Amino acid sequence: MPKRTDIHTILLIGAGPIIIGQACEFDYSGTQACTVLKNEGYRVVLVNSNPATIMTDPTLADCTYIEPITAEFLEKIIQKERPDALLPTVGGQTALNVAMALYTSGCLARYGVEMIGATPAAIEKAENRQKFNEAMKRIGLDVPNHAIVRSLDEAKRALSLIGLPAVVRPSFTLGGSGGGIAETEADFMRIVANGLDLSPTQEVLIDESIVGWKEYEMEVVRDKKDNVVIICSIENVDPMGIHTGDSMTVAPALTLTDKEYQVMRNASIAVLREIGVDTGGSNVQFAVNPATGRLIVIEMNPRVSRSSALASKATGYPIAKIAAKLAVGYTLDEILNDITRITPASFEPTIDYIVTKIPRFTFEKFPLSDSVLSTQMKSVGEAMSIGRSFAESLQKGFRSIEKGFSGLSQVLIEGTDPHQSYEANKPAIQKALKRPSHIRMLEIAQAMRMGCPVEDICEWTHFDPWMLEQMALILHVEKSLTENGIPRTKEAMWDVKKMGFSDARIAELAHTTEETIRHIRFELGIHPVFKKVDTCSAEFACETAYLYSTYEGNPYQVSACEAFPTNRNKVIILGGGPNRIGQGIEFDYACVHAAFSLKEEGIETIMINCNPETVSTDYDTSDKLYFEPLTAEDVIEVVLKEQENGSLLGVIVQFGGQTPLKLVKALQSAHIPILGTSPDKLDLAEDRERFKALLDRLQLTQPQNDICHRVSDLDATIQRLGYPVVIRPSNVLGGQAMAILLKASDLDRYILANRDILLDGPILVDKFLENATEIDVDALCDGTDVFVAGIMEHIEEAGVHSGDSACTLPTISLTPAQLQEVTHTTEMLAKEMGVVGLMNVQYAFQDNKLFIIEVNPRASRTVPFVAKATGNSIAKVAAKVMIGKKIRDFSFNKPRPTHYCVKEVVFPFGRFDNTDILLGPEMKSTGEVMGIDTTFEMAFYKAQESAGNPIPKKGCILVTVHDKDKPRILESVRCLASLGFAIAATKGTAQFLQKNGIEAVSVNKEKEGGDHLVDKILLREYQLVVNTSLGEDTAESFSLRRVALLNRIPYVTTARAFYAVVNAISKLNQDPEQMTTMPLQDWINRV
Amino acid sequence: MLQPFVATPYVDAVLMLSDGTYFLGKGIGKKGTTEGEICFNTGITGYQETLTDPSYFGQIVVFTFPHIGNVGTNSEDNESDKIHCRGIVLRNTITTPSNFRSQLSFDHWLSNQKLVGISGVDTRQLTHHIRIHGPQWAIIVYAQAGECLSLEDVHRSIADKKIELTGDLAQYVTASSPYSWPKKSIQAGSGPAYKLVVIDYGVKHTILNLLAEEGFDITVMPSTVSFSDIMALSPDGVFLSNGPGDPSETGKTAVPVIQHLLDNTIPIFGICLGHQLLALAMGLSTEKMHAGHRGANQPVQEIATGNVFITSQNHGFCVSPKHIPSTVQITYRSLFDQSIEGFCVTNKPAFSVQFHPESSPGPHDTRFLFAAFKTMISTAKKVYA
Ligand SMILES: Nc1ncnc2c1ncn2[C@@H]1O[C@H](COP(=O)(O)OP(=O)(O)O)[C@@H](O)[C@H]1O
Ligand SMILES: Nc1ncnc2c1ncn2[C@@H]1O[C@H](COP(=O)(O)OP(=O)(O)O)[C@@H](O)[C@H]1O
Ligand SMILES: [Mg+2]
Ligand SMILES: [Mg+2]
Repeated sequence: MPKRTDIHTILLIGAGPIIIGQACEFDYSGTQACTVLKNEGYRVVLVNSNPATIMTDPTLADCTYIEPITAEFLEKIIQKERPDALLPTVGGQTALNVAMALYTSGCLARYGVEMIGATPAAIEKAENRQKFNEAMKRIGLDVPNHAIVRSLDEAKRALSLIGLPAVVRPSFTLGGSGGGIAETEADFMRIVANGLDLSPTQEVLIDESIVGWKEYEMEVVRDKKDNVVIICSIENVDPMGIHTGDSMTVAPALTLTDKEYQVMRNASIAVLREIGVDTGGSNVQFAVNPATGRLIVIEMNPRVSRSSALASKATGYPIAKIAAKLAVGYTLDEILNDITRITPASFEPTIDYIVTKIPRFTFEKFPLSDSVLSTQMKSVGEAMSIGRSFAESLQKGFRSIEKGFSGLSQVLIEGTDPHQSYEANKPAIQKALKRPSHIRMLEIAQAMRMGCPVEDICEWTHFDPWMLEQMALILHVEKSLTENGIPRTKEAMWDVKKMGFSDARIAELAHTTEETIRHIRFELGIHPVFKKVDTCSAEFACETAYLYSTYEGNPYQVSACEAFPTNRNKVIILGGGPNRIGQGIEFDYACVHAAFSLKEEGIETIMINCNPETVSTDYDTSDKLYFEPLTAEDVIEVVLKEQENGSLLGVIVQFGGQTPLKLVKALQSAHIPILGTSPDKLDLAEDRERFKALLDRLQLTQPQNDICHRVSDLDATIQRLGYPVVIRPSNVLGGQAMAILLKASDLDRYILANRDILLDGPILVDKFLENATEIDVDALCDGTDVFVAGIMEHIEEAGVHSGDSACTLPTISLTPAQLQEVTHTTEMLAKEMGVVGLMNVQYAFQDNKLFIIEVNPRASRTVPFVAKATGNSIAKVAAKVMIGKKIRDFSFNKPRPTHYCVKEVVFPFGRFDNTDILLGPEMKSTGEVMGIDTTFEMAFYKAQESAGNPIPKKGCILVTVHDKDKPRILESVRCLASLGFAIAATKGTAQFLQKNGIEAVSVNKEKEGGDHLVDKILLREYQLVVNTSLGEDTAESFSLRRVALLNRIPYVTTARAFYAVVNAISKLNQDPEQMTTMPLQDWINRV
Repeated sequence: MLQPFVATPYVDAVLMLSDGTYFLGKGIGKKGTTEGEICFNTGITGYQETLTDPSYFGQIVVFTFPHIGNVGTNSEDNESDKIHCRGIVLRNTITTPSNFRSQLSFDHWLSNQKLVGISGVDTRQLTHHIRIHGPQWAIIVYAQAGECLSLEDVHRSIADKKIELTGDLAQYVTASSPYSWPKKSIQAGSGPAYKLVVIDYGVKHTILNLLAEEGFDITVMPSTVSFSDIMALSPDGVFLSNGPGDPSETGKTAVPVIQHLLDNTIPIFGICLGHQLLALAMGLSTEKMHAGHRGANQPVQEIATGNVFITSQNHGFCVSPKHIPSTVQITYRSLFDQSIEGFCVTNKPAFSVQFHPESSPGPHDTRFLFAAFKTMISTAKKVYA
C-alpha cells in the first residue's frame, strides 16, 4: 500500500534536552524521521527545545520550533500550523507523554490532529503498568507477582502481599526514574512516595523482585498489515535489577537455544499485537529464570528507544527511518533495505559479529552519591563495539568508553590484598561483587586474577557463566603475556590480537610502551581487517561502507578486507566517543556538520566514532563509517587503510571534543596529517607557560595564578594571591575537584575532601574573579581573517562553569565598547594562535576589566547554539576552512538584535542522592535547551520552561540567601512583592527585607525546629525557592535544596538567575500575550 | 603452487574448496578428513537442529554466526537421530556451554557423532566466496601436530570433483521401513484424527510433532514407497517431507507416485524437497540455485494477501518459474529473490511450500500451515466426496 495522501502536515516532537535516560539517540531517530517524512513530500513541523541537535537544523524540517515541549506551547503551535498528524514515537518518553497530554486535554481532537505511529490507546496500554499487566495475562504471558498502587496506604497493603525485597516501578516514566529496589520497609515507603510523585499518572507498580534473572530485550517492528519482524535481540550481561541502560549488553542474545529464542520472539510479537502498536518500532523487555527458562515480560516501550538506536547500529537496520515510513502508510515489503539496496525491509537482520554496549558513568562528579547500580538509570552515555568474537568485542568496548581502560584493565577491589591468598581475600571479593558497581566487569576480572572460581562469581553476580568463561579465556592470554613478555613471533602476537587485546594493554602487561608493541606488530605485518555491517551476514552484496575492524583468520593467511579505500580525496573526522558530562551531543553536531560540509565540497568523508546513540554513527551521515574505539591504535589502523588509495587530506580532530584532541600527539608521531589548527598551536592553548607568554606579549590579562607542587605549599601561595581563589588539581579529567575557596577554613575542608586527588600532581590556583560577568565567544578563523560568530553573556556570574550557566545571545549588559573589546581581543587571539577552523574563548569582565579565562582552539559546546541563534552554520564553514577555503568566500548573516536566544541547562541531580544542586566551577549538567523570543525576558522564560524549572506567575516565594547576596536580591524581591507575590524568608533574610520595607514572613530553618521550611517546601507552600549559599553554610541549607529538587519546586541558586527570573515574571505581568511562537526559519530570516 | 603447511598449535586443519581456495584453521569435533558440498547458513540460533536436519546430508555447513556451541546440546532438540551433514566450519573455537537444558558440550557431541569440523576460519570471507562462486565441493583435512600437509595434494584430491553427490540422496536418509509416529493427546473438539502418510525423504522431527499436534494419525514411509503401499493404509492425506539433494533425481521414483496420488485426489502437503517434488509432479521443473537459501530470516510474501512472513529455509534447488501450468497457482514468493516459495494446485487438494513452516530452527510465523493442511483435508472430503 502506498503512503497516505490524506495527510499533508506532520508534527514531530523531539525529546528535549539530553538527560540521563534520553540522550543523542532521539536526535538520531528524530533526524531520520524528519528526513524521511520530508523526502516523502510531507510538510514537517518539528518541535524540540534542544538546540544542540541535528534535527533542529533549519534545513531539516519545514518549520522548526525551538520551544518548550509542554502541552501549552504545543497547543499554540498546533493552532498555528494545523498539522494533520502527530508522530509521537521518535521523541522518547518526553514526546510520548506530551502527546498523551494533548490527547487527554482534547487538543488533538479540537484541531483534528491524528496520532500516527502509536495510538493513544496503545500508548496507554503499554505505559500504564496495570493495563499492561492485564494485557499480558490476556495473551497468556507471565508477569512478576505485582500490585498497582496509587497511594502510600495502598502501597503498605501491597507490601504485605508482595514482600521484601520489592521492586517499585512508576508508570509513564523513563530510565527507571522514581523506581528502585526496596530492601526494607522504610526504603520501600520512601521509593514509593517518590515514584508516585514522578509518575505523571500518580501510579506505581510494586513487583516481586526477580533480581538476578537474565534480562533480554527484543527490538520489534510492525506495519499496519500486521507484518512483524524482530530486528535484534539484546542480552543484558548485568542481570535483572540493573536498568538495561546501565547494563553491559551484547547483541545478539548468546545464551538462548533456538527453542527459547523463538518463545521470546513469539511473545514479543504477541505483545505488539495485543498492545496494538500498529506501525513502528517497539522494545519488549523480558526476564528469564536461568535455572528453569521461565519467561517473564517486564515491559514494552511503544516507541523507538535507546535500545532501538543500539539495535539499528548493531544490525544496520535503521529502525526509526523505517518506523517513520510505516507511520505514513507504507508496509515493510514496500521499503528497501538501505544497506543492501536489493532486499526489502521486511526481513530479520542476521549478523556475523558480536556487539557489546558498555555504559559510561560519571560518579566522580557526584562523589557523595552512592555509586551502586539499581533499577534507576545513572549512566550518562555508552559506547558500542563490534568484534568477531565476544572477547574482541568486549575488549574493544572497554577501550571505547574512555575511562582510561585499555581492555580488561586491573582495578583494586576494596579490602583485598593481591599478595594474600584467595581464601583470605574472599570475603572482600564477595562483598564487592555482590554490590553492583559501575566497574563490576573489571572487578570480576580482578577477582578471577586473584583466583576466584567462576561458580562463586556466578553466585554473587548472577552473570551468565558463558560470559565469565570468556573472560577467563581473556585472562588466560593475559597471564601468558605477563609471564612471557612481549609477543615477538607472528603466532604469539596473532593470538593476543585476536582476543582483542589493544597494543596499550599488551604493553601494560609486557611492561613496555604502546609504541613498542605497535612497532613490533607492524614489523610482524599484523593488522586488522575491516568487515562490513551488512544486515545479512554476507548473504547479499552490500554497497554501504559501514565497517569495523577485526583480527581475522590466522598468522599465515591474510584475510579479506572490505574497506576498499577509494581513489578520492578524503578526510577523516574523529567523533566524540561516548556521551559524558562535559562532552555530549554538541560535539556530535559539529562532527556531523563537518561531514555534510565536506561532502558538499566533493570530498569523501570518513567518520570514526563508537557512540551508538548518535547521528554521526548513522551510516548515512558520511560516505564511510568506521565504528571503532577512538584510541590511537584504532585510528591509526583506519588511517593506514585509507591511505592505501586516494589522497587523505587529513584528520579532523577539533570537532569531537577532548577525545580526538587527546590523540593528536600519537597521530602526529605516526605522521598523520591533522587538518586545521596545527598541533603545535593546539598545544599552545593547553600549555600554561606558553599560553601565559603569549598573553603577556599581547598584553592580555589572565586572573593571577600559580602552580603548587605540594599540598603544603598551597597556603602560602593562596595567601600571596589572596582569597578568594579557584583551585584545581591539574591531573584529573573534566574539572573534577575544582572549587572556589573564599577563606582559609575553606582550604582545610577542601584538602580534607580531596586529599587523594591532590597528592597526584601539581595544583593550579587562580585568583577568583568575584562578581564578574562571564562571556563565551565562538569564532572562526582561516589563519588570516576572523569571524566572531557569537558573543554570549552568562546569566550566572563567573565561577559557575560555562557549561552549567545559562547564557544569552545577544548580550544584555555589555556596552558597545566592551563588545568591541571582546571582538577585537578574539580576533587577535585567533590570529596569533594560528587558528584554522573554530575557536572558543571564555572571558570575564570584572569592573570593566577584561580577563581571559581560557581559550579552546576547537569546536565548543556552544557551536550549535550560536549556529541556531544566528543562522550561520559555523561548523560547516569551519570544515571548509580547514581544507583551504577562506572566510572571505562565505557570506554570513549579520548579528541582529531582533530576537534573543537564551541557553539554559539541565542537571541530573535528582538521580544522584546526597548531591547538592549548587552550581560551581565543575560542570555537572547533561544537556541544554534554548528559548527564543523578541525580548530577553521571554526567551529566558521559555528556556526555564524547557529546562523543567518553570517560572511561577504568582504565589509565594521562599527567600533564604547568603549575606553577600542580600543587597543583590533586594530589588528583585521588592519587584515580586509589588506583583503580589507573598514573601517568606529565613530569619536573617526576613529581617533584611523588612528593614528595607518589604513584607516578609519569617520561617524557621530546619535546625530551628518547629514548623520549618523543609516541611513547608514538602507541603508545596512555595512556588519558587530562592537560595544562595557559600562555603560552610552550604551544609546547613543542603536539605532544603534537595527537597525542593526532589519535589520539583522551581528554584534558583544565584542572585543573577533570580534577577533574570524576576524580570521575566514582571514582563509577563505587564503583558501575558507577548510571547512569540515562531519557527526558527522565520527568526533567522527576519531582518 | 600452493605452499605445504605444517600443523602448529595455531592451525592443524585445512578447508580446501575445489577451486583451490583454502582456509587454515583448527580441527574441532572428530579430528579427521571429510568431503562435501559447501554451503552457508546465516541462522544465529539452532545449530543442533540444523546439523541433525537430514536435508543437510552430504554438505559441509559454514555457520556465518561466529559463536556456535554456546548453549551446548541436549536430547530434545534433535531433528533426527543423528547428524547428517558432512562437516562444519566455524569462526571461533567452541566454548563451554551455558544453558539450563544443556547436557553435553557441543564439541563432545560432535566427537560422539563423529563429525569433522574446522574452526578459526574467516567464515565471512568464505561466505562471500560461496555467494559469488556458487556451490562447490570441499574437503576438510586434519593434520597431526608437526605433520606437513601438501596443500597441492589436498587440492588435487578434490579438484575435479564437481558436486560428487548426485543421484537420489533421499535414499540415504529415509526410514528403512514404515513406522508410526506417537500420537499427541489433543483437545476434544479439534476434529477427526485423520490418517496421514508421511513420505520420508529426510523428514524432521518437528514436522512430525506439529502434524501430530494437529491430531494426525501418522505413518512414516520410506521415500521409495509405492502408490499401492500408501493406498493400502487408506490415508486421508499424504505429506511430502523435506530432504536433501536434487529433486529431479529423487523425483525419478517419487514423482510417479505423487502423480498417482494427485490423480486420486489424495490431499497433499509438501515442504521443501516435498514441494519441489510436487512441482515436478505438476509438470514444473526445478533448478540448482547459485547460493541457495539457508537461514532463519528469509521473508516470503503470501501473494493472496500481501502478508509477509519470516521463514526458515534450507534449500539449494528451487522450482523454476518457467512454464507454470494453469492448474498451478503460486502462493508464496521470496522477497529476497522473487523465487517461488509455494504453490497450490487449483483443481486438486494439494499445496506445498519451499520454506520450512515447522522452523526449528527459526521463526514460527508459518506454523499455521499445518492446521491449514488439516482444513484442506476436511474441505476436500466435502468437495471431492
Ligand atoms: N520485578 C523485577 N525484579 C527485579 N528487577 C526488575 C523488576 N522489574 C524491573 N526490574 C529492573 O528494573 C529495570 C527498569 O525497569 P523498567 O520497567 O524497564 O523501567 P523503564 O521503563 O524506566 O525502562 C529493568 O531493566 C530491570 O532490570
Ligand atoms: N579565575 C576565575 N575567576 C572566576 N571564575 C573562574 C575563574 N577560573 C575559572 N572560573 C570559572 O570556572 C569555570 C570553569 O573553568 P575553565 O577553565 O573554563 O574549565 P574547563 O576547562 O572545565 O572548561 C569557568 O567557566 C568559570 O566560570
Ligand atoms: Mg519504560
Ligand atoms: Mg526499561
